[in-house]
Amino acid sequence: MTTAWDPSKPILEIEHLSISFFTRLREIPAVMDFSCKVMPGESMGLVGESGCGKSTVALAVMRDLGKNGRIVAGSIKFKGRELVKMDDEELRGIRGSEIAMIYQEPMASLNPAMKIGAQLAEVPMIHQGMGKEEAWKLARQIVADVRLPDPDRILNAFPHQLSGGQQQRIVIAMALMSKPALLILDEPTTALDVTVEAGIVDLVKDLGHKYGTSMLFISHNLGLIMDVCDRLCVMYSGEAVETGNVVQVFDEMRHPYTQALFRSIPLPGADKNTRPLISIPGNFPLPHERPQGCNFGPRCDYFEKGRCDAADIPMSDIPKGDRHASRCLKWAEIDWNAPPAARVVKQKSPIGRVVLKMEDLKKYYSISSGAFGGGTAKVVKANETLSFEAHEGETLAIVGESGCGKSTFAKVLMGLETATSGSIMLFDENVQSTPIQKRNVDTVSSVQMVFQNPFDTLNPSMNVGRQIIRALEVFHYGKSDEERTNRMLELLDVVKLPRAFADRMPRQLSGGQKQRVGIARAFAGGAKVVVADEPVSALDVSVQAAVTDLLMDIQRENKTTLLFISHDLSIVRYLSDRVLVMYLGHVVETGTTDQVFNPPYHPYTEALLSAVPVADTKVIRKRIVLEGDIPSAVNPPPGCPFQTRCRWKSQVPNGLCDREMPPVRNLAEGHQIKCHLSDDILAQMEPVIKMAAE
Amino acid sequence: MLRFVLRRLGVMVLTALVLTFVVFYLTNLPPNLEKLARSEGSVRMTDAAVASWIIDNGHGGSVFYRYAEWLGVAPGWVLTDDKGVTRGLCIRQNDDPALAPTFCGIFQGNWGFSTVFKKPVLYSLGKSMAATGWLMLAVMVVMVPVALLIGVLAGMREGSRTDRVLSTFSIASSATPEYVSGVILVALFASPATGLSPLLSGWGWIGGKTLFLGTATSAMDNITFWNFALPVATIALYGVGYIARMTRASMTEVMTQQYIRTARLKGVAFRDVVLRHALRNAMIAPFTVIMLQFPYLLNGVVITETLFNYKGFGWMLVTAAGNNDIEMLLGASVVAVIFVLATQLISDIGYVFLNPRIRLS
Repeated sequence: MTTAWDPSKPILEIEHLSISFFTRLREIPAVMDFSCKVMPGESMGLVGESGCGKSTVALAVMRDLGKNGRIVAGSIKFKGRELVKMDDEELRGIRGSEIAMIYQEPMASLNPAMKIGAQLAEVPMIHQGMGKEEAWKLARQIVADVRLPDPDRILNAFPHQLSGGQQQRIVIAMALMSKPALLILDEPTTALDVTVEAGIVDLVKDLGHKYGTSMLFISHNLGLIMDVCDRLCVMYSGEAVETGNVVQVFDEMRHPYTQALFRSIPLPGADKNTRPLISIPGNFPLPHERPQGCNFGPRCDYFEKGRCDAADIPMSDIPKGDRHASRCLKWAEIDWNAPPAARVVKQKSPIGRVVLKMEDLKKYYSISSGAFGGGTAKVVKANETLSFEAHEGETLAIVGESGCGKSTFAKVLMGLETATSGSIMLFDENVQSTPIQKRNVDTVSSVQMVFQNPFDTLNPSMNVGRQIIRALEVFHYGKSDEERTNRMLELLDVVKLPRAFADRMPRQLSGGQKQRVGIARAFAGGAKVVVADEPVSALDVSVQAAVTDLLMDIQRENKTTLLFISHDLSIVRYLSDRVLVMYLGHVVETGTTDQVFNPPYHPYTEALLSAVPVADTKVIRKRIVLEGDIPSAVNPPPGCPFQTRCRWKSQVPNGLCDREMPPVRNLAEGHQIKCHLSDDILAQMEPVIKMAAE
Repeated sequence: MLRFVLRRLGVMVLTALVLTFVVFYLTNLPPNLEKLARSEGSVRMTDAAVASWIIDNGHGGSVFYRYAEWLGVAPGWVLTDDKGVTRGLCIRQNDDPALAPTFCGIFQGNWGFSTVFKKPVLYSLGKSMAATGWLMLAVMVVMVPVALLIGVLAGMREGSRTDRVLSTFSIASSATPEYVSGVILVALFASPATGLSPLLSGWGWIGGKTLFLGTATSAMDNITFWNFALPVATIALYGVGYIARMTRASMTEVMTQQYIRTARLKGVAFRDVVLRHALRNAMIAPFTVIMLQFPYLLNGVVITETLFNYKGFGWMLVTAAGNNDIEMLLGASVVAVIFVLATQLISDIGYVFLNPRIRLS
């Protein structure tokens, strides 16, 4: 099969690739003039925001663009063989055997009606003509290779019987079954929790070294790219704008978009008051509305009329670089070390009286085990003895992985569920057992929520203005329609949307704009407490900065208490005043942001912090990878909830962790942890993140 | 699994009781009983005589008690008239009343006597069920494979020419009810005056006057292709369109799933993608529809058997309903209810086997 191929040549060579999608109306160019080279054993990162064409490039390498997509120009060479001109038969020989792909959603990419073993064994059976028994044996070995416990049980399981992390390991195992030369990873960890993500990233890196596989790693997360890749290619609106080795691009970027991207992500050291993030102005151009000349031109600080918008801009090599190139005409003229001009220092808002107080809040669900209502009832302890206070004008972050009970907590506070026991005091009024239908309008309008997914939370058949006015009507705001319309327009001003947007339908808005409408709706009744449930996790990085800043601005003006629920620790560090870390329904650590992000940590906080990839070459991060998955809340481990995964467990004498739930301890003023570790061991803890000496 | 089946059987019995009670109540409404009295007794009876006939023949009293009698859980009625003759539900003519059993309902195997066919209900029912059973079997054997094949072929490449042709066919056939397609088929293939038969017979290709037989009465004793094809085709045609549409919808949806892309990018050939990866997943939804077709067949059978004069369950039901044959109707309803519930049980169990995500504890 493999004709003579010189291993010193690139394994994948894409040259001037252009891909278009054809609709009845027009041709939509998705990728233009894209070139990149992947050498054997090298891992190449593709970074960019959604819609920039990075996944399209990956699918083009697989030649799987669907019915409408077509490669209109350029070439893709794999081991010197032209992929663009291959017929189906040849392609089948390469797919899965020499190029394999790992996908974003592991659950969706495994066949639900086939056993894991059969899905894995299929690969060598097709490509190497291996016998069934031998193929299953190989599958068993690879499953052990991806560090899954009990391979025999897993081979005979169906996909739905595994957790998300395990499923992704299976997808990886499937890709490795025939030892491919090139592995394409399309956002392989986006759907997973951070601690699981850390494990997967480690695995991918190790396997890459072990088998000498080249990788094309697609991600929107710059930190992840730095962890995994040797080189990267930054894409914007269908074009590669900068390419080079990771350290060089991160430290000496030579394209304004790359620079703007780095300025809009919360790196350690950013602070909402003294060093706020700088969002990229304007919006991503739609594929058929791209500007003349430089695509980034209209949003660029260095834009020069008549020059940047004159003609298409080619990639130009940067001398002295390691195959470093940029698609910018002015890269040699710009002073790349100048500090950003528009950095507005903001006043820290004072923290006022206690607005919300929770004491010993518990929320249990009972579920029955039988499929038809029978069986023994089990209790899921979603929240266990939750106590805290939130002050006026304060941002309190609630951090934890999926299943830790943070969303249940939000539901209880909103009144969508009632607590099992404990009290929720909102302005000295106990709302614990009052469901939302029975709360009075004042209470409802003062506790509001900003939802995670702006795409699903707006009514698709009602225009934006009408939706906000509807909220005002529900909150009994104003006496006449005119008054409410005026207020609605004011609210649009507050969330920095043009007033003309009142007549638009949600589908005409981008994700960031929709989230702004969601925020306007939440603040319509003058909310005092706003629960923001992962408000920016569905948005692109450049938009995230703008939306978080907006939330901060509104908070400063209205002295709102913001409960910020998130799994993203970098954004939490950036904007919160106090942090609450949750694990399996328990609050394991609480304190001010400084206290939580610096040692001594709760062992879980430590692991969580080390799992977050940081896109800064100067940061040295200690790697702590948690073994296994989060235990099920139906069947929590005895004693400390974290004991099954804790790396400090051996430091506690007498197996106390196995037996007893640790008590709440005060380490400092306002800093509490739930842990059995003694004070001197806690004092020995080292910081997870260190800045390298410059 | 066993517990699930037992529980479902319990639910089935309850449903059957409720449904048969509804039928019992409706067939035993006073006007029906009056009609029965006049047809069994004398047409010229006075109203008073009708009322006493109803009471004398055990149709008086509470409907619940009579239902219980019919089931066989309450003692059957016993009356001694002026002449000293004792009659009762459980006393056959010329038998000694003292030896007759106390209970005799359907539980005891006494399904009553058909007033139209002049035979015990159980006997007529058995005969007609057997006839219909053959018809249904033939329909299923023809309909299910054809429909699945059409659905899968149409759905595996959405929007292709094959898809459009097959979809047009299935829409047309599911939009044609049996009483239309049956007449068309008869006109085309089984009429000596129109359609194909006069042509073929003119060319001397067929011996008889028609290609197929327009009536299926002879199939009661001896099923042949020529007397059975048209009734089978009439019922199957409608179902084929319907099941094919469902299969196609399910197949197109499955083909857009990510795991199909995974399979394709594993290097699996298109044929194997369809057969190994898509088919089982695409069968989950149509399976329920196919099982739902069984009760529906009972419907189709009524029209088709009447049209082709095939003396099966449907024909018998029409005759019994037209002649106020209460006990026959009740018997038929029991059979129909059990049949429908049993197919639903099979459908649920089969669903579990097809779909590993559902597991019964």
